[in-house]
Amino acid sequence: MPELSYREAVRDALAVAMREDEDVFIMGEDIAEMGGSMGVTQGLLEEFGAERVRNTPISEIAIVGAGIGAAMQGMRPVVEIMYEDFLTISMEQLVNQAAKHRYMSGGQLKVPLTIRTQGGAGWSPGAQHAQQLESWFVHVPGLKVAFPSSPADVRGLLWSAIYDDNPVIVFEHRLLYPIKEELPEKLEPVPLGKARVVQEGSDVTVIATGPLVHRSLAAAKEAEKDGISVEIVDPRTLQPLDVETLVASVKKTNRVVVAHEAVTRGGFGAEVAAVLQAEAFDWLDAPIERVGAKFAPLAFAPAMEQYVIPQPADVVAAVRRTVQRGH
Amino acid sequence: MAKVEKRRAISDERLRGFLREMLLIRRFEEKVEERFRAGELPGFLHVAIGQEAVAVGVCNAMEDGDVFASTHRAHAHTLARGTHPNALMAELYGKLEGCSHGYGGSMHLYDVERGNLGANAVVAGGIPAIVGAGLAFKLRDEPRVAVAFFGDGATNSGTFHESLNLAQLWKTRTVFVCENNEWAESTPGWQHSPVYDDMSKRALAYDMRSIKVDGQDVEEVHERAREALEYARSGEGPVFLDVETYRMHGHYIGDPQVYRPKKDRQEAAERDPVERLRERLAVSSEEWDALEAEVHEVVEASVEFAKNGTDPQPEDALKNIYA
Repeated sequence: MPELSYREAVRDALAVAMREDEDVFIMGEDIAEMGGSMGVTQGLLEEFGAERVRNTPISEIAIVGAGIGAAMQGMRPVVEIMYEDFLTISMEQLVNQAAKHRYMSGGQLKVPLTIRTQGGAGWSPGAQHAQQLESWFVHVPGLKVAFPSSPADVRGLLWSAIYDDNPVIVFEHRLLYPIKEELPEKLEPVPLGKARVVQEGSDVTVIATGPLVHRSLAAAKEAEKDGISVEIVDPRTLQPLDVETLVASVKKTNRVVVAHEAVTRGGFGAEVAAVLQAEAFDWLDAPIERVGAKFAPLAFAPAMEQYVIPQPADVVAAVRRTVQRGH
Repeated sequence: MAKVEKRRAISDERLRGFLREMLLIRRFEEKVEERFRAGELPGFLHVAIGQEAVAVGVCNAMEDGDVFASTHRAHAHTLARGTHPNALMAELYGKLEGCSHGYGGSMHLYDVERGNLGANAVVAGGIPAIVGAGLAFKLRDEPRVAVAFFGDGATNSGTFHESLNLAQLWKTRTVFVCENNEWAESTPGWQHSPVYDDMSKRALAYDMRSIKVDGQDVEEVHERAREALEYARSGEGPVFLDVETYRMHGHYIGDPQVYRPKKDRQEAAERDPVERLRERLAVSSEEWDALEAEVHEVVEASVEFAKNGTDPQPEDALKNIYA
């Protein structure tokens, strides 16, 4: 079993799909010779050539839109948006076009488009290069949203996104790219809409995405010192959401913390909390706790940036609050 | 940009066919206005009265397998590309038999079988996907062309500019049809664009081939569109058709047009493309009456068809969200 980094796992999914299927091609800013600003697509130009590994102008509207058009012709384009902050520029195409063509046509069209993007704080780029905007897209019927936290998940989910007949936005996280994991040689698809129980526990469920999965693992170790057993569940796909797995975990632990790096207010955790109180109210022994970024843009100075984004200690504190409340 | 000397390449018989199509579109849209005012049609509707020659000229130059995207003013393009008037009228009545099965409406007309990839209610919103379709044709080396219709108002959006740049850069199999009808909703060209009287300068900025077209002359539109499509199909690159046309009615049905001088409306009538073709073909009054009667019947039948169509069930609203 080779050890692959999250970055290599993304690359592997792209390469495998492109080897097997002429209809798959990738485009984005600086993805060819440079291999993408995160180095994800390094080597793909050499293997697949410039027709299928397309460097684009800095035109997020046109490259997302061109992806939509090629997808409607039955191709399976993968568009890289260098930073998810720049998704805001292509918002019109994603929200009004990609998400709606199938619906507005009364089912005549499919848009098998994949958007890959990345973001995340922790390296002081300031307010326009590290936001976590995934919840915006969960609000739009017609889009699917994935947020993988491990090499196995990103490889398998990206594959599923490419072969899904709907527009799928795959959120990668900058700080996860170097994380390594032993993976089978052969790509194992991860279905969209399936959560993963990252760690079993009995006292409280932490439902975490992206980097917060890892910060929650650290938090769980800390909580364990107090004798608190933490279960960690990663939804992996935010739309469609695997409500069943989340509810099953709540029924087991009776306490929930939702944790993501995005701003808490209006974040994905709010949706999870609402779903769980509706689906599992009678099993809850404490109010659902939310962990996320404070309601502020990301500051440049490292001390301010770190203050705004959620740390393992914030997860520990939230875990303790639910446990205390429940007793 | 060069105005090519006119060739008379279209037979009178074919032109008579164009006249019939243009008249059908005109009477269809007048009927739509009437039914909307009678309170029978929901939503927000825009007619292209005065612009029929553009739709008929371009759509008849397209081939099977070619695709297009339209705008909020889409009835003419849709009919001209062969969607049955019944299917269009049924859509406007919100029926399952409609060309978008009641999910789209006037501003979202689709007919994928005939290459209609959607009318778009966001100005310029449909243009990038047409670049993408043209890219797919290029990558698969298919002799097909993707056509984007849009108005002069769209030329001020970033979406338009990014799309032209990308299309020219990648030599996608795309034709851009700028229907300069002199109005961006209520705003006249001179108030919205420094090049409102020569939109081809927009193409020039991207080193794109551009052809100026008199949009009120269906024969010229057809010839220039054919030329543009041939060029794009060959893979040489996209073409920008700078079509000067005229919106004879308001922006939307019911638009009081307070912004529009009377003189302007009189001029509009003088530039009527249907009248122009009728004169050119020296259609006798008997012939004209017969044509009117034929078209009238088709339009009336479409209303009848639509009214007898099937209403969707409310819960059908939850279908067709995902493939």
